[in-house]
Amino acid sequence: MMLDATVFTQGLVQVSEIANLAMSAAGGVETAVTGGPSFLHLFTVFVLACFVGFYVVWSVTPALHSPLLSVTNAISSVIIVGGLLAAGPAAELADVDLSSLMGFLAVTLASVNIFGGFLVTQRMLAMFKKKK
Amino acid sequence: MSADWTGLAYLVAAVCFIMALRGLSSPTSARQGNVMGIIGMIIAVTTTLLDPEVISYEIIFAGILVGGTIGTLVAFRINMTALPQLVAAFHSLVGMAAVLVAVAAFYHPEAYGIGTFGNIGTASLIEMSIGAAVGAITFSGSVVAFAKLQGLVSGNPVVFPLQHPLNAVIGIAIVALTIALVFGQDPTSFWAIVALSFLIGFLIIIPIGGADMPVVVSMLNSYSGWAACGIGFTLTNTALIITGALVGSAGAILSYIMCKGMNRSIFNVLLGGFGGDTVAAEQQAGGSRSVKQGSADDAAFIMSNANQVIVVPGYGMAVAQAQHALREMADLLKEKGVDVKYAIHPVAGRMPGHMNVLLAEASVPYDEVFELEEINHEFSTADVAFVIGANDVTNPLAKTDPASPIYGMPILDVEKAGTTLFLKRSLGSGYAGVDNELFFRDKTMMLFGDAKKMTEEIVQAL
Repeated sequence: MMLDATVFTQGLVQVSEIANLAMSAAGGVETAVTGGPSFLHLFTVFVLACFVGFYVVWSVTPALHSPLLSVTNAISSVIIVGGLLAAGPAAELADVDLSSLMGFLAVTLASVNIFGGFLVTQRMLAMFKKKK
Repeated sequence: MSADWTGLAYLVAAVCFIMALRGLSSPTSARQGNVMGIIGMIIAVTTTLLDPEVISYEIIFAGILVGGTIGTLVAFRINMTALPQLVAAFHSLVGMAAVLVAVAAFYHPEAYGIGTFGNIGTASLIEMSIGAAVGAITFSGSVVAFAKLQGLVSGNPVVFPLQHPLNAVIGIAIVALTIALVFGQDPTSFWAIVALSFLIGFLIIIPIGGADMPVVVSMLNSYSGWAACGIGFTLTNTALIITGALVGSAGAILSYIMCKGMNRSIFNVLLGGFGGDTVAAEQQAGGSRSVKQGSADDAAFIMSNANQVIVVPGYGMAVAQAQHALREMADLLKEKGVDVKYAIHPVAGRMPGHMNVLLAEASVPYDEVFELEEINHEFSTADVAFVIGANDVTNPLAKTDPASPIYGMPILDVEKAGTTLFLKRSLGSGYAGVDNELFFRDKTMMLFGDAKKMTEEIVQAL
């Protein structure tokens, strides 16, 4: 089941139209209690991202499914952001508490993945060549 | 940076990640896509480092340096045959990172602006529990998958009585503990959730056999995405939510494609117990029937007189590292004017697309490599089908015998080719434990031996 380009574009257009509508709807509900985005706002983003993911991933050629796994692996390591915020407040070694230690470890693990994931993907993709 | 600018920067990062996946629609745009992914990651990390709360640059750079060095070394040294276990290992790290971030958020919620210790909002606590639980499941599940793929433990499914009821009880306990956590804000509940999730991740992967690993690897990929999503909700970070959702859908779609390639439902795979690496022990079932056995010279003769040869690689080729010898063979055949193509079954190998990478590694041009639907009709006009290290994916029983465990699985129609050459170690059945009817046919010639050695011998003979 491969979606052709037109279906894909139509899908994206639909998704972006829904996105506009939904964003304005969510914006209306958003409350200013904490200054942060409301749950509904985040949930809207989540659902739309699932749709984008669905269409984009179906358009990936089966020959590149291994690089797809390794690159998704690398980008899911954006979880490093959480680790950075946790490690962030400890200015000196003496300030390191449980949370910043956890943050430091998370940053380290996620870095293995970011560097390893992108580089191994690059290595794989560099091997795919057309007939001379 | 103000909150608006930060939000915008995270959005740009997320868009870069979408472009990275979009690039994979063709090998020509894929490298550019990967660069977009790297740019996205740099934007996300830089944005976070500019947060005024983040001041511990030494500690952070130490972590990035250590992790980055390990990751770089591994990426350059890894053998392409070992990709599936590498990906499994990487998944486990994402899972563990999610657990660590959840722990940090639980003990120091101020850093993420979601309350104070012992006084965290209900929604945040639920999101945090989901992130921690899915992360822990991803971690322990990936560790088991890694151990199976690396051969540290047997690839056989491990089944024991009351396995599934036990899993269900643990699952319910995790939900109950999450509710307790919301009301009590109690660290014991939190750690119990994490511990039980580690346990259940382990339990859901051990019953799954080695040959179902393409599904497992895809599924764990999906889990790692949902774990990132859960943490994204906790941190109210849209870059994490979008990325998590992308990765989650990618893994889910790959799992679906892999299941469809075997005509099995995802539940059937998850319940486990299907196939092991040693099923071949009962291989002598068809021992009394005669097969036509050939030598490398015979194979070379048949193939050099053919007009078209279609190569069907399987896991056996990967294990024997025969891809380079195979490409040499194809080059020699092409010099003799033979048309050579490759046919890849969706579940060939131990991870989605594994065969394509191995062939690319051996410098096989990607426009000679075809998917099942693209090439299946060509077998009837091909003179030779050269099956190297594959078995079940060619078994005609999948079409004719409703009682067979592989019935309904899409197969490559190698039986329609003029001659079918099977390069295999023995007459053993494949992982499904089914004899391949094709071995005993007149048009079939068996070449027994190690895939690499035999292919090299054919190269010599050519």
